[in-house]
Amino acid sequence: MRTAFFNAVTALCAADRRVMLITADLGFGHVERFAARFSEQFLNVGVAEQNLAGVATGLALSGRHVFVYSIGNFPTMRCLEQVRNDICYHRAHVTIVTSGGGLSYGSLGMSHHVTEDLAIMRSLPNMTVIAPGDPIEAGAATLSAARLDGPCYLRLARAGDRNVHGESIDFTIGRAVVVRRGDDVTLISTGGMLDAAVRVADRLRAERSLSVRVLSMHTVKPLDEHAISAAARETRGVVTLEEHSIVGGLGGAVAEVIADRTLSVPFARVALPSTFISVAGSQEYLRSAYGLSDDTIAETIQRIAAVHSALGGSWRGGVG
Amino acid sequence: MISDARASTLARKVRERVLRMSSRARSSHIGSCFSAAELLAVLYGEWLRVDPREPQAPARDRFILSKGHACAALYAVLAERGFFPVEWLDSFYQDGSRLPGHVTVGVPGVEVSTGALGHGLAIGAGMALAGKRDNALYRVVVMLSDGECDEGATWEAALLAPHHRLDNLTAIVDYNKIQSLGWVKDILDLEPLADKWRAFGWSVREIDGHDVDAIRRALGATPFEQGRPSCLVAHTIKGKGVSFMEGQLLWHYRAPDQEELARALAELHPE
Repeated sequence: MRTAFFNAVTALCAADRRVMLITADLGFGHVERFAARFSEQFLNVGVAEQNLAGVATGLALSGRHVFVYSIGNFPTMRCLEQVRNDICYHRAHVTIVTSGGGLSYGSLGMSHHVTEDLAIMRSLPNMTVIAPGDPIEAGAATLSAARLDGPCYLRLARAGDRNVHGESIDFTIGRAVVVRRGDDVTLISTGGMLDAAVRVADRLRAERSLSVRVLSMHTVKPLDEHAISAAARETRGVVTLEEHSIVGGLGGAVAEVIADRTLSVPFARVALPSTFISVAGSQEYLRSAYGLSDDTIAETIQRIAAVHSALGGSWRGGVG
Repeated sequence: MISDARASTLARKVRERVLRMSSRARSSHIGSCFSAAELLAVLYGEWLRVDPREPQAPARDRFILSKGHACAALYAVLAERGFFPVEWLDSFYQDGSRLPGHVTVGVPGVEVSTGALGHGLAIGAGMALAGKRDNALYRVVVMLSDGECDEGATWEAALLAPHHRLDNLTAIVDYNKIQSLGWVKDILDLEPLADKWRAFGWSVREIDGHDVDAIRRALGATPFEQGRPSCLVAHTIKGKGVSFMEGQLLWHYRAPDQEELARALAELHPE
């Protein structure tokens, strides 16, 4: 996703000199070429994230669209007040781009596990929150963020991840992408779990004859409430999937929609427990150890499908 | 250029407005407003190239009151300069008012919202950097409190501005020596403050922040050095202008009652 982002931001900068990329001394292997080509549109503020956010605001209030780039927790939590008061309150045209979403940097330890960002960022007024599902979405999201007229948080997953979509998609901020059609259960995925979501859905279809609709909910805010309502209406259960804490992320956001719209549908969240992970481990290892294995996802979907069957299909007799 | 008398008159008007606003609203921070009154009067009275008829003019100078708790003084000077009707000041801090207790955008003439300390200098540095890269001629001034110099974020920005040779940026420290819970020297000593800014790469001058002529001369001399941001350490007195408020921590918090208001107003008009 990182390469897709840098390709997109390079294209934006080439087309418009008001676009800038600034970093707090991160992005090795990517920013060098960019800095050499666009010296007037690049800035490294040093290891200083509060300054990163503040300077980005000043640049944005002076007519620029600023892409801020760093690793997950640093340009979000370290400078949360600057993000809130400076970037969001002023509706500054700043896109905060982070790499390492979820457990991408698993072995680097807790400091580099990006597991609360979606919850925190989506709670901020004026903030758009996007977690692309694959490199194609990441590139499209970058271009779309440039057309917004306000702040955006763009959460990238690991480097070298594969494309889930075909060559191009119809990407619109706030509108989920249907990746697999299905009538039994809807699996709503955000961020880098999309690959696993599609893999599990295909497996359940082949092995269990379960028809799983897969939505890539790349935009966590504003959420595609229409797609959630349709899923609740048209399928027999909804499961959310994210590489993020169970508290307040995609699952929480979808639960809010289900509650607010009194949708009557079996529902479950597959996410990380609200805990610190203090062991080393690859992304694959930690995903498996902390509840994001393919088997866990598959079992959750089957359990939700079974709720409906156990009720003899009468579930939908409720409100909504 | 306006006369010293006019600048002093504007500073007195600002104090008078602040007193009435604070008394009516039962709001805090009079002392912080009074220490900055002459600085704001010279800035808005003569130095800043701003136009109330076109507050967003691209070529305008940018002023950021990073010590956003002194908003009453900023609102007062903006109203006196005609950015909005002085009648608005009567609503300060009250239900539904567009003038809340810390500086906010949306008020004509206000460049940046502040209130959480240590944010202003970074934003100002970003604006100054944009100005440099655009070859624009506008100047950026950020006024900080001494308490704000406790904030690490202030020094992150202080490190960046000289590195990028932002001589279109001026930081003014309203050094009134009293912060939220007491004397600066007792809570977290900043001395040697001017040397700290120098060590970070700023060109620094120290002045009496209540001497309008000294303020005028210092601002007129910016940038103090080509290629360096300027820092004006303005030695001021918290609560300056009203004898029973001067140097008193109490007036960081207290709003004057009717009797105190009358006494204070009388002091501002000794004739």
